[in-house]
Amino acid sequence: MKVSLTINGAPVTAEVEGRTLLATLLREDLGLTGTHLGCDTSQCGACMVHVDGLAVKSCTMLAAEADGADVTTIEGIAAPDGTLSPVQAAFKDYHGLQCGFCTPGMVMAATALLKENPKPSETEVRDYLEGNICRCTGYHNIIKSIMAASGQDVAPVAAE
Amino acid sequence: MYDFDVTRPATIVEAVAALADEDAQALGGGQTLIPTLKQRLASPTVLVSLSKVSEMIGICTDDQGRLCIGGATTHSAVARDASYPALSAMASHIGDPAVRNRGTIGGSVANNDPAACYPAGVLGSGATVTTNKREIAADDFFLGLFETALEEGEIITEVKFPIPEAANYQKFIQPASRFALVGVFVAKFADGVRVAVTGASEEGVHRWSAAEEALTADFTPEAIAELTVPEDTLITDTHASSAYRAHLVKVMTGRAVKAAS
Repeated sequence: MKVSLTINGAPVTAEVEGRTLLATLLREDLGLTGTHLGCDTSQCGACMVHVDGLAVKSCTMLAAEADGADVTTIEGIAAPDGTLSPVQAAFKDYHGLQCGFCTPGMVMAATALLKENPKPSETEVRDYLEGNICRCTGYHNIIKSIMAASGQDVAPVAAE
Repeated sequence: MYDFDVTRPATIVEAVAALADEDAQALGGGQTLIPTLKQRLASPTVLVSLSKVSEMIGICTDDQGRLCIGGATTHSAVARDASYPALSAMASHIGDPAVRNRGTIGGSVANNDPAACYPAGVLGSGATVTTNKREIAADDFFLGLFETALEEGEIITEVKFPIPEAANYQKFIQPASRFALVGVFVAKFADGVRVAVTGASEEGVHRWSAAEEALTADFTPEAIAELTVPEDTLITDTHASSAYRAHLVKVMTGRAVKAAS
């Protein structure tokens, strides 16, 4: 079946099977491998993208269901000239990643959070990341990065 | 996954027609169904997506003051609605934010997972499940593990909730799955209290009638202090024994009453 959607601002038309996942369309058909597949069971959140502005796990959404949708992936977060978004810049400044595998999902989750809640508390940040798993950082620097990206003081954020 | 076709009807009539194929399966938000398909535990030939059926999306209040939630409305939409705070609070703790942006009330209620939150909210509120064919009282809807009164090809178009005087949902999470190890929804109406329990029983969501009687007489946590939760149908598994679940049912009920009063 044919699907037409907008990805990172550009129109895309692709031929997919009914069972094709949105993550598969992005990674294998379109080469947008910034979206990572960690668990493939909708638990880890590495595959998170925005569909019509909402964070979703692209391993648990059919590509057919994205027909007509406006999709943003990690490749669409920085400015076209490569300038990092505030969330990306904060992850860099506050060492919000180690191996980097979960990072695309973390950035997409944080970006969605700050859009709906521009000044979240530390607890709200931690709650929002319930569906994003990181096995390296212990989360502290991720939380710091997101608090910094929201323009808040990171000094009170719990240290390890 | 085995392959299948996907169809995206725009109306309830078209969706019901597409579901007439005996190998067709309705697709809500897919947060349970897609993982199930990946494990090849289901093999429909056609998935009938309900995500474009606009008449099944949205929240309103009817002329009896009931909160009416379209079957294809997401958990995050319910979480943002202010009309029934206890239900919205419950919806805001299902899964995680991304799951809530896709998962729907109709999908959750139709699936009737024994550890899901919505069945407790629907049964505890004494809600009415509306389908393309009929209206079904919550007391007649949930029939057991993953079993409901829905017939083949029947879809939940709306769920209507009477709004109680006070209500609260308490979930004790199973820390790996984040489903309810035990969840209790308590709702106090002018004519009595309803208590619905999820996560605990081999028979799925159910009411705890002894607590309902005690709380109708006296809506305080102390009113259930002398009650014992029968263990005979409660689940024993790697996460908790039936005795532990029985204990949690009572504790969660007490907390819900305290939070609601």
